[in-house]
Amino acid sequence: MNMLIYLIPIALFMGGLGLFGFLWSLKNGQYDDLEGASWRILDDEDERPRP
Amino acid sequence: MTCCTMDVEGVLSLSSNVISSEEALLASQPLGSGLRQSDFSVPGVHCGACISTIEKALIKLPYVKSARVNLTAKRVSCVWYEEMNGSPVSPAGILSEIAACGYQAHLFTADLSDDDRIRSQLLLAVGVSGFAAANIMLLSVSIWSGAEAATRDMFHWISAMIAAPTLIYAGRFFYQSAWNALKHGRTNMDVPISLAVTLSYSMSLWETIHHGEHAWFDASVSLLFFLLIGRTLDHVMRDKARAAITGLARLAPRGALLINPDGSRRYVPLDEINVGDLIAVPAGERIPVDATVVVGQSEVDLSIVTGESIPLAVSTGSELKSGAMNLTGSLTIKAAAAARNSLLAEIIGLMEAAEGGRARYRRIADRAASYYSPAVHLLALMSFLGWGLIGGDWKQAMLVAVAVLIITCPCALGLAVPVVQVVAAGTLFRRGIMVKDGSAMERLAEIDMIAFDKTGTLTMGRPRLASLTQAGPRELAIAAGLAAHSRHPLSQALLRDAPSRALAFDGVEEIPGAGLQAKSGKEIYRLGNATFACPGNPLGQHLSDAFSEVVLSKGGIELARFYFEDTLRPDADLAIKSLAGQGFATIVMSGDRECVVEATAKTLEVDHWLAGLTPRGKMEECQRLGKLGHRVLMVGDGINDAPALSVAHVSMAPATAADVGRQAADLVFMHDSLGAVPEAISVSRQAARFIRQNFALAIGYNIIAVPIAIAGYATPLVAAVAMSTSSLIVVANALRLNDKAKVPGRRHPICNSKLSTVEVVSP
Repeated sequence: MNMLIYLIPIALFMGGLGLFGFLWSLKNGQYDDLEGASWRILDDEDERPRP
Repeated sequence: MTCCTMDVEGVLSLSSNVISSEEALLASQPLGSGLRQSDFSVPGVHCGACISTIEKALIKLPYVKSARVNLTAKRVSCVWYEEMNGSPVSPAGILSEIAACGYQAHLFTADLSDDDRIRSQLLLAVGVSGFAAANIMLLSVSIWSGAEAATRDMFHWISAMIAAPTLIYAGRFFYQSAWNALKHGRTNMDVPISLAVTLSYSMSLWETIHHGEHAWFDASVSLLFFLLIGRTLDHVMRDKARAAITGLARLAPRGALLINPDGSRRYVPLDEINVGDLIAVPAGERIPVDATVVVGQSEVDLSIVTGESIPLAVSTGSELKSGAMNLTGSLTIKAAAAARNSLLAEIIGLMEAAEGGRARYRRIADRAASYYSPAVHLLALMSFLGWGLIGGDWKQAMLVAVAVLIITCPCALGLAVPVVQVVAAGTLFRRGIMVKDGSAMERLAEIDMIAFDKTGTLTMGRPRLASLTQAGPRELAIAAGLAAHSRHPLSQALLRDAPSRALAFDGVEEIPGAGLQAKSGKEIYRLGNATFACPGNPLGQHLSDAFSEVVLSKGGIELARFYFEDTLRPDADLAIKSLAGQGFATIVMSGDRECVVEATAKTLEVDHWLAGLTPRGKMEECQRLGKLGHRVLMVGDGINDAPALSVAHVSMAPATAADVGRQAADLVFMHDSLGAVPEAISVSRQAARFIRQNFALAIGYNIIAVPIAIAGYATPLVAAVAMSTSSLIVVANALRLNDKAKVPGRRHPICNSKLSTVEVVSP
């Protein structure tokens, strides 16, 4: 019973971490171009920013 | 030249070539600190190679900071420096760079629409409800496996605390929609959803407060999770198609070259043009507003505006309609109406007035809800009264009533329709047909009559050399040599279809509204309309009014005559035969002349035809057929078809259609082949069958589950298992549609048009 006091918050925190990750990736535009992303994975060349 | 129809692809490429840097600048957005962003729609991108080709080419430009291709939306967004070494940069270079890679690019004003926002809100809601459902389910499993007294209460309280914000945040889509429906005296699927979710939550909370054994937090949250998945799928499907449709070329000009009183020229946005302003329109540009010609001579192509397939010669004093394409000479025109009062605006007004018919259509899910939800509510009420009156225990009666509401909750029904529609829309998308929203497929499955537009729909709006008189190889070579110097559609057709090599001429002159003229030694060759080619000579015999005619002359003496006709869309006859075979009535509605329409209708064996219709005429004909009880599918492409497209029961347009036409249509097909029409109908009918099956499955599940709930055996465990199973069965059934409608091979949505090459030899 006592360990539940730790375990439940830990479980909720870890779930919340996953949720936060999802929200972050959504805001970051990671789901904007799903088709393009599946092709880009095959592109060997590095995308380097311009100097 | 006398006449022609404009090759729509030609128009598109023509318009992209002449996008001036002013227009490109107007469509770009300032990002601050000397940067601007331009968005282009590039309908031709379809794979990884396209992405890297375009991105690499653009990043090589010195003034481009970054370029990114979005394959889903078929767009390129490009960030560039406003100034490079002190001089302003012209963004038109980006367009020509994309064109150099072999893709057609069009300006696209990026506006973050409501749809994008709603989509991410829905995704957020799915994420939040998924998180809540998973956590509550874990706690519930502990309770089911025997947590006792204090532990159970604590788990219930934690569940309640997770569920409450989730229900408020993720459930708001349903509450709002349900409230809206109730306010207007209707009921839809969201009413029973909202009721079940709130009732089950409050009942569970009440149970928790009174240390009850059972709570339904998991049921109400996972219910919301499943339903949100359905809602999101529904939205994403519509979003995808709409993005691709708006991403194609726009045919309405964005601005115009204004001539100031002092003679200087300035590029202004369309809204700033007033009546009486003088505007310069170079050859190959569209007329921005309704106007009259002040200076100049030319021919205008009205095919996309009125359906008239032959270009009109215009000179000083002629009236012009907005959206028409100026073909051969540059014009100075005087605006007769502001942009908001022009033909285009008038047609949009007609469409808005016509929208009513579409809005009255009730989706299958809503129609099902109107029977389903009263039945469910009645059932719950009856079990409540039954248990209360017979058993005497009102608390137990309330529990049973809530269990009935949860078990019958239209979770499977909520998924039944969107899942099938998403699978069907995906199937159609792979075959190059885009569906704007799910109700379009529902309506398409119900049609019994098909109305076709002619120019641009049954025909390609692309002339083909039909026959020629007196022309030997030498005459053909001369004609081709002259035609190579013009972008006029008939010249292009002559080059494409004449089985000969072209003679090389230099000093070919194009006379606007008449034709081409060249000198070779002492001889003057002319290619154009009869009065221009053979001045003073009596006119030869016309083959038929359905053909366009071009005369080749040497020194005023006729050498040869060429006749052109519009090419039929590939598979048009096959498509119409198969539609007639399935018992659909077919009709042609065109704004073109009687003889041309009749010839086309007879070739294709269409039963009825109507010619010379105005946009309003087409719309009224559709309304009349609708009143007679027909459900009409309208297939059309022009601006003049738009009102009819929005008033018909359901409508389709080719991707080459005018912007307004594509917006008005429910379905857009990307291939040239008219076979898309029977294909879309057959997939829609299959989808309708699967939706009916899913309803049957969902109702069948209720027949088994409801008695268990009424009998009082529906513990939360049973409710959770039953609900999930019914949803999964419905989804699995919908996926079967994929197997049924397997495509033999993958085809690209857009194939680049073949470029015709001309071989030139010296005379």
